Amino acid sequence: MLFDTPAKENPIDRAREVGQPRPRIDGPLKVSGTARYAYEQRDVVENMAYGYPLGAAIAKGRVRAIDTAAAEAAPGVIGVLTTLDVPRHALGPMNTAMLFGGDRVEHYHQAIAVVVAESFEEARAATALLDVDYAPEPGCFDLERVAREIVGQPFCEDDALVGDFDDAFLAAPVQLDVTYRTPDQSHSMMEPHATLAAWEGDELTVWTSNQMIAWGVRDLAAALDLPRDKVRLVSPFIGGGFGGKLFVRSDVVAASLAARKVGRPVKLALPRPLIANNTTHRPATVQRLRFGATEDGKFTAFGHESTSGNLPDGGPETATQQSQFLYAAPNRLVGERLGVLDLPEGNAMRAPGEASGMMALEAAVDEMAEKLGLDPIEFRILNDTQVVPGKDTPFSQRHLADCLRLGADRFGWGERASLPARRREGRSWIGIGVAAAYRNNLLMKSGARARLQEGGGVEIETDMTDIGTGSYTIIAQTAAEMMGVPLARVTVRLGDSRYPVSAGSGGQFGGNSSTSGVYAACVALRTRIAERLGADPETAVFEEGEVRWGNSAVSLVEAASGGEIVAEDSITFKGLGEKYRQSTFGAHFVEVAVDAATAEIRVRRMLAVCSAGRILNPVTARSQVIGAMTMGVGSALMEELAVDKTRGFFANHDLAGYEVPVHADIPRQDVIFLDETDPISSPMKAKGVGELGLCGVAAAVANAVYNATGIRVRDFPITLDKLLPHMPPF
Amino acid sequence: MRAFSYEKPGTLAEAAAAGAREGAKYIAGGTNLIDLMKLEIETPAHLVDVNGLGLDRIEETAAGGLRIGALVRNTDLAADPRVRRDYALLTRALVAGASGQLRNKATTAGNLLQRTRCAYFYDTNMPCNKRAPGSGCAALEGISRQLGVVGTSEACIATHPSDMAVALRALDAEIETMRADGVARSIPIGEFYRTPGETPEIETVLGAGELITGVTLPAPLGGAQLYHKARDRASYAFALVSVGLVLREDGTGRIALGGVAPMPWRVEAAEAELGEGAAAACEMLFAGARPTEQNAFKLPLAERALAALLAEARS
Repeated sequence: MLFDTPAKENPIDRAREVGQPRPRIDGPLKVSGTARYAYEQRDVVENMAYGYPLGAAIAKGRVRAIDTAAAEAAPGVIGVLTTLDVPRHALGPMNTAMLFGGDRVEHYHQAIAVVVAESFEEARAATALLDVDYAPEPGCFDLERVAREIVGQPFCEDDALVGDFDDAFLAAPVQLDVTYRTPDQSHSMMEPHATLAAWEGDELTVWTSNQMIAWGVRDLAAALDLPRDKVRLVSPFIGGGFGGKLFVRSDVVAASLAARKVGRPVKLALPRPLIANNTTHRPATVQRLRFGATEDGKFTAFGHESTSGNLPDGGPETATQQSQFLYAAPNRLVGERLGVLDLPEGNAMRAPGEASGMMALEAAVDEMAEKLGLDPIEFRILNDTQVVPGKDTPFSQRHLADCLRLGADRFGWGERASLPARRREGRSWIGIGVAAAYRNNLLMKSGARARLQEGGGVEIETDMTDIGTGSYTIIAQTAAEMMGVPLARVTVRLGDSRYPVSAGSGGQFGGNSSTSGVYAACVALRTRIAERLGADPETAVFEEGEVRWGNSAVSLVEAASGGEIVAEDSITFKGLGEKYRQSTFGAHFVEVAVDAATAEIRVRRMLAVCSAGRILNPVTARSQVIGAMTMGVGSALMEELAVDKTRGFFANHDLAGYEVPVHADIPRQDVIFLDETDPISSPMKAKGVGELGLCGVAAAVANAVYNATGIRVRDFPITLDKLLPHMPPF
Repeated sequence: MRAFSYEKPGTLAEAAAAGAREGAKYIAGGTNLIDLMKLEIETPAHLVDVNGLGLDRIEETAAGGLRIGALVRNTDLAADPRVRRDYALLTRALVAGASGQLRNKATTAGNLLQRTRCAYFYDTNMPCNKRAPGSGCAALEGISRQLGVVGTSEACIATHPSDMAVALRALDAEIETMRADGVARSIPIGEFYRTPGETPEIETVLGAGELITGVTLPAPLGGAQLYHKARDRASYAFALVSVGLVLREDGTGRIALGGVAPMPWRVEAAEAELGEGAAAACEMLFAGARPTEQNAFKLPLAERALAALLAEARS
């Protein structure tokens, strides 16, 4: 199905299932411990062995030799595979660091050996007996140094220059020139990267934890130099991904190679202390924001430059992505610079680009509002735009101002003291902050197979993944709506490369794109059923378990009595992306308390107002948004991979050292979804929302901290040590 | 994890004998030791499980205090009505530590013997004089925000992570032990921990095989007993700085700090300055402090936290 014109009225608009607050259908499996995650697969193969990886002890250099004799002689050991045993392999288009092979060490904790043993404990113990001879080399681990060296160099892409920024900025009566810093962050998902790899002849099956099944097959086949049809990837349940499982990682390659070497299936998980440095992370940024405005608060010059680092051939953190779209200004300078760092690979983490960019941008916008003496909400609305600045492309929908106004009303924005450090309750300074939320709405081709089973049940197969987002549930709701059956009559099978290729989970495109693919498959199935029954597919109505046309009605059970009916299709998006800018918008509101003595910051309440098209399921969507808000609190107040610039690694590489919010950090959270549909986006008229909930939260926290204390911290996370020197005496 | 042998003795005498074996280590709640064994930071050849020894009672002493068995779980200790009433500082410190699940397992003796949470101690690729004596200290030129500012040495700037021990230090607890030869002794907590000096791997005065059997608290001090643990998140985090304060109606009191030193940190002379305020007391508490650039904030943080507790105690 080609989606190239705005959606008309379709069966989804009945909204009997889609849009209803259904609890997730895979919930019982999860709460009873019967949803099988990768490392829990145990009866799918026979004669399974356990692998345990060794991470490199240096940040950069070469492995000269690995003495495996002691490990090989250890109890239970079946075999040892080292990086010196296999050549460097081909990498997928979005991978940067070598996963397993060759003598080069590109980053700390790069996987350089796997010990395979009869038990996990024996494999782990033997791994400690490996003796590695390294030839270390010096590296560059300091983003500040890199940023100084490449300042003024050309942007990675230079298509975001509009008008004459320099002149307009200099001429502006009100100016702001500030630099913000965001740290490296770790996905820190609960489920570590894990794989069970099994060979049958030259065919490989991996049970793993991966967000993008088809990319995984492509990249694993390339790494192992196999035809793609010899690789099967299965990932039905994923214990959190956040972008860290978009691409094949070392667990998959190492388990596959080790399984081939020992001639047995091998199961391997990355130990928690390896995850921060072995896998990917959200790269740190240094962001300079320069705004010029008229006295009455209209932007005349808008500058946002971001610098990040990565391994050679890696990409930048696209932290200025939203700055091309969020506010009007006739003169614009927006772009990113990239330097080389020898830290682990930087790559996508939930809302790549906007998450870090909005942290800086929306805090700086508050600074500008204060300079202008304007209310932060009114200032944002004053510079709102219904077209892409400098391009005149309209947004498909843009309700930013509505989100801000509604949120202000619901949150009690009027109680906010317009001057900072005015509100005190006992030992706490109280502050309220706001930020706009913005995230692009991405669309991906997505396919599915729909089956009317004998007996009248409906089955959907697609390689879409559920990373905790609710994919199973919204896909079931879509199929139930389209086929006119109750939710309980729908079976959803996900996460297997034997199923049609879907959008996968990433970039908040998964929900809208994959259900649109299911919509397409169901349209095809309805046609097949109608044809079997001799009905007109265009006018046949599917409801209450029946196909109805003219004066006829036939139950689906009867329709399938002659054998199951199967249809497969995919949705392809074309054309509308050029005519309309598709984005999601929102507003975040936060109230904080700052301890007047210790400067400890605690969030007291939060509200997100989201404008993101049709909400397919308000229960799972809310779950996505409050999770994202929680992640935003982490970004604002605690999350930071601590870079040891001497030794070149992230030193706090476990869950005690890398702090993410715990329950006690998260207070009352409210989420409001604007009641809307966006026919430009898809036949579902939905958009992404899972990342929107994160974009801007940290800035709203920062703005609340400023409102509470009058202290502006431009170096995230905002920890008490950064506030203390500026706090009044206690 | 290295292979080890295991036994679970039923009497103190058997335990003491078993603990004297080469490479032996006692295990109680295991909330720290097992993690360290998995990482091969601790590599005992023999584990002596003391959970069969009883030692799980809280009893009143003739001196009007309490004797807390070594195996009393942190949850039970914090909830004991006598502790809540007479030693509120101890309850407050305990519930500021770890999580409910960990406190259910963790024991009084084990809590005292926690190892540091320094990231370099935990990473066996890194030099660390505490884990691998003589290898150096990566923290000095690395990440030290969480680490010690006072009582540290050129060899080690690790902190002791316990909250409970901070309260026990302020309350003048005594640690009762049985040595390998079966002789019991009582060690004031102020003499229990050693400063790192050149040998940060040696953390207490316990001898080989010496087993903690209990902790004795003297008669209640009375007064306001407050504990503040400053940290980046609201729970389940180690202290940046913690302050335990006892302030009696006559103006005398006790101060002990956590998160700043290789042991719960108390300078008795500082307590004479309580009437002068937090700054005067902290000047003495931090005499000779050698913070790094990253953790220098701990000094003003401790002072401000103490000032807040003093204000609260007096209100």
